[in-house]
Amino acid sequence: MPAVSKGDGMRGLAVFISDIRNCKSKEAEIKRINKELANIRSKFKGDKALDGYSKKKYVCKLLFIFLLGHDIDFGHMEAVNLLSSNKYTEKQIGYLFISVLVNSNSELIRLINNAIKNDLSSRNPTFMCLALHCIANVGSREMAEAFASEIPRILVAGDTMDSVKQSAALCLLRLYKTSPDLVLMGEWTSRVVHLLNDQHMGVVTAAISLITCLSQKNPDEFKTCVSLAVSRLSRIVSSASTDLQDYTYYFVPAPWLSCKLLRLLQCYPPPEDGAVKGRLVECLETILNKAQEPPKSKKVQHSNAKNAILFEAISLIIHYDSEPNLLVRACNQLGQFLQHRETNLRYLALESMCTLASSEFSHEAVKTHIETVINALKTERDVSVRQRAADLLYAMCDRSNAKQIVAEMLSYLETADYSIREEMVLKVAILAEKYAIDYSWYVDTILNLIRIAGDYVSEEVWYRVIQIVINRDDVQGYAAKTVFEALQAPACHENMVKVGGYILGEFGNLIAGDPRSSPLVQFNLLHSKFHLCSVPTRALLLSAYIKFINLFPETKATIQEVLRCDSQIRNSDVELQQRAVEYLKLSSIASTDVLATVLEEMPPFPERESSILAKLKKKKGPGAVSVTELEDSKREGGELNGGGDRGPDTAAMAASNTSTPSPSADLLGIRSAAPVGAAPSSAGSLLVDVFSEAGPTAPSAAVNDDGFLRFVCKNNGVLFENQLLQIGIKSEYRQNLGRMYLFYGNKTSVQFASFTTTVSCPGELQSQLNVQTKPVEPLVEGGAQIQQVLNIECLSDFSEAPLLNIKFRYGGALQNLTLKLPVTINKFFQPTEMSSHDFFQRWKQLSQPQQEAQKIFKANHSMDTEVLKAKLLGLGTALLDNVDPNPENYVCAGVIQTKSQQVGCLLRLEPNAQAQMYRLTLRCSKDSVSRRLCELLAQQF
Amino acid sequence: MMRFMLLFSRQGKLRLQKWYTATAERDKKKMVRELMQIVLARKPKMCSFLEWRDLKIVYKRYASLYFCCAIEEQDNELITLEIIHRFVELLDKYFGSVCELDIIFNFEKAYFILDEFLMGGEIQDTSKKSVLKAIEQADLLQEEDEPPRSVLEEMGLA
Repeated sequence: MPAVSKGDGMRGLAVFISDIRNCKSKEAEIKRINKELANIRSKFKGDKALDGYSKKKYVCKLLFIFLLGHDIDFGHMEAVNLLSSNKYTEKQIGYLFISVLVNSNSELIRLINNAIKNDLSSRNPTFMCLALHCIANVGSREMAEAFASEIPRILVAGDTMDSVKQSAALCLLRLYKTSPDLVLMGEWTSRVVHLLNDQHMGVVTAAISLITCLSQKNPDEFKTCVSLAVSRLSRIVSSASTDLQDYTYYFVPAPWLSCKLLRLLQCYPPPEDGAVKGRLVECLETILNKAQEPPKSKKVQHSNAKNAILFEAISLIIHYDSEPNLLVRACNQLGQFLQHRETNLRYLALESMCTLASSEFSHEAVKTHIETVINALKTERDVSVRQRAADLLYAMCDRSNAKQIVAEMLSYLETADYSIREEMVLKVAILAEKYAIDYSWYVDTILNLIRIAGDYVSEEVWYRVIQIVINRDDVQGYAAKTVFEALQAPACHENMVKVGGYILGEFGNLIAGDPRSSPLVQFNLLHSKFHLCSVPTRALLLSAYIKFINLFPETKATIQEVLRCDSQIRNSDVELQQRAVEYLKLSSIASTDVLATVLEEMPPFPERESSILAKLKKKKGPGAVSVTELEDSKREGGELNGGGDRGPDTAAMAASNTSTPSPSADLLGIRSAAPVGAAPSSAGSLLVDVFSEAGPTAPSAAVNDDGFLRFVCKNNGVLFENQLLQIGIKSEYRQNLGRMYLFYGNKTSVQFASFTTTVSCPGELQSQLNVQTKPVEPLVEGGAQIQQVLNIECLSDFSEAPLLNIKFRYGGALQNLTLKLPVTINKFFQPTEMSSHDFFQRWKQLSQPQQEAQKIFKANHSMDTEVLKAKLLGLGTALLDNVDPNPENYVCAGVIQTKSQQVGCLLRLEPNAQAQMYRLTLRCSKDSVSRRLCELLAQQF
Repeated sequence: MMRFMLLFSRQGKLRLQKWYTATAERDKKKMVRELMQIVLARKPKMCSFLEWRDLKIVYKRYASLYFCCAIEEQDNELITLEIIHRFVELLDKYFGSVCELDIIFNFEKAYFILDEFLMGGEIQDTSKKSVLKAIEQADLLQEEDEPPRSVLEEMGLA
């Protein structure tokens, strides 16, 4: 089509646009516009009726002025006049004006709706399309009310033109998005779904957007679309590049429609029908194969269109997460893209691999690309690509590569763009905590973080390191030594001073033996930073000083001197002054005993989800957190330990002895009668090792699984104990049945009221395990014990544990706790004796990769032979002698009895005493059992 | 779905804007300003995608004009890049090697073409032929509607 006469339609408009373009300044432009606005206004108000053409021209000018960014408050009426015209071009401009200047002026909307109604019933396809466009553009509620019932009819009517159908489908989609309650598909559902079969590719392309949106909201009603989508996709994928004529784009058949079809399928689980699924897998394989073929064109459009389909196919494969073969192929394909010369492809490959890393089938395959990704982090010129590389490193991190990844991220932080530093800091902090094997590494990492990017280390990060140091006594000495060294630097970040002040105040005594870090040296070091710090840090340091007086009586005189000086005791800041006055008084009037009690070491912090993780989630928004983390958070049940995310604030530090330390409590807690030492011991038993959560199966902090893992290899013992309640367990199992006795002991002298216990099987477990019990007596007298019997039936193999929730009133307060009941799959083992020959024959039979689960891990407990044997026997399997050629190794065999099937299991444990490591291998006839047993056992040795 | 599409020049002049969700004028201006700043600051070899607020931005430069689309989390970046390209092809075909001036002086036509191609932030038809046929028909109707006027008449002197 030639470029003729397009602009000639409205010369006045062109002249006006030229004028505006010739304006030399913003002022000149505004002047010209105001002149024009005045002119148009007078024309519209004038007595002489304007003809359609002039009206169109002026409305167009108004539109242009509006698009330049100026406000337009008139001309709507003239626009409505235009769209009611019978002349197409006038109508078109009228609709355009209304579409761009949406105005919820209700009177106008009524007029507009009237015109739309006329056009929709005109049976003139171009008019109908204009009207549908206007509805889609405005999309207001009034329009939905007026037309939502009419449009589905137009969409499916047999005599509707294809172009109108396309507009109707997308118009309906827009209305559904703004007012879903008004769009009722009901009777139209099946006819709309069948648009996927339409002859006209354009109709399918438009309709599929509508169908996808409806399927997301009502998957069941629209599920017939799955098989239609698969067959449509299959036809496109297998068509030659020219078959689809104008719908072929740079030799790629229907790329937009293909992407949409693959997107639609992601609303559903894999097809149940074997034939449909087979056809789909074939499509996905073809798409993966095509990626390896030489390109049919050198144009970037060709490769973009082809790869758009490929990425969408990979998304679908990841969504299904059930075809290990396809997942690994997808991963390899993305691996190729990681080194592609197109930046766009590298970016997308990094992004897509992030989701692959969270699939158990492809996690290992993703990990093999670690060097490339690290390289990308170092060398990519575009910050958004580097950001993706950092995300991927975070997603692929596990215990095996944590040290390398954290080291790389730390070194990247030194030069990282400011825009992503805070997020990087959070990620490093989380990885260091999650995968720490030795805590000195963790402490080093966080202190490095403060050193390198102190400004970006948020409160959550330094609170967390203190929580962890306080809760782990094996790292306290190291932490004290390290912060002491870090504080030697002439300029150190204030966050370092905070951590240093807190840790030395608590654990400075652990390094005080060395004359180079004697109490006075420590104090002088801290105090040398004092004057450079902000008020909150200084307040923290004052608390550290009073703790010093308790830890090191020899520093008392020096510190009192400091507290007594005017800059402290008369400080203009109320908080600092109060601390100085109270601490000075406390140190001079209280006896050493009282001082020791008041300033006792902080009790351990109750365990909870890392607040850093919460912060990262908040920062990145729900979509951005990797799947594994989301699963972690999904498991959060009711709060067990209570208490929000309070940091180790300075008030609580000073008030460590009040039983309920709160930020608003009296600073020193002197006035609240001190229940000496009660708090530490009570919190102690609730505490779990902070790092025990790091394993892949660990639940969130909200459910107490402290005792759970201790019962994998034994059946009797104390499951839980705090200062109120003790819960004991006795259990016995035969075949697929078990009986568990729970003993609830009231340790106090006061009655527990409304005592209720509930056992629940969350999620899938409901269909795998049957647990029955009778309610217990609601009253438990002081010192008494009550018993509850659970009957357990294993229906099929399972991975989760049933939850026991206990609620009761003690005094006035409602107590609520949830425990994992130690019912694990290995309880249903029947030991199987077999000869060496039989063992290895079966071992070979179970040689499919997914039947095997293997873990290599560090010994956490004694590697003594007798202890190991006892544990393996406790597991329920038969321990087979003289089977493994290496006498150091242990092999076991057993059959797990469930109601639905029996699962044969073989186990091999290879200890390496020198390296203090084990290799554990399981082969079972069912792969989920291998994985679960491997997870459970890896934490037992 | 696409949330909006912007066309702006290297000098930061907005040439076309299409919003597919209801957005207040003030917010629109703020978003346009912010995005233009980000995109114009990027170097030629950088990737065409970036994360911005909760959206993904896909942009591409053609001569003096930037085409910039905001899409949602689950949308496909590469296919959006080709939406831009197909739109450019449509403009090119209609105007005959399109340039920025064509879009400035015929902004209403550019809107009509875009509307035939995308609707409610989704693709309506990907066939170049179908889209152009619709526009051509409209132009034919225009010619039937009104005989060309003389320059004098146009300027109000006739």
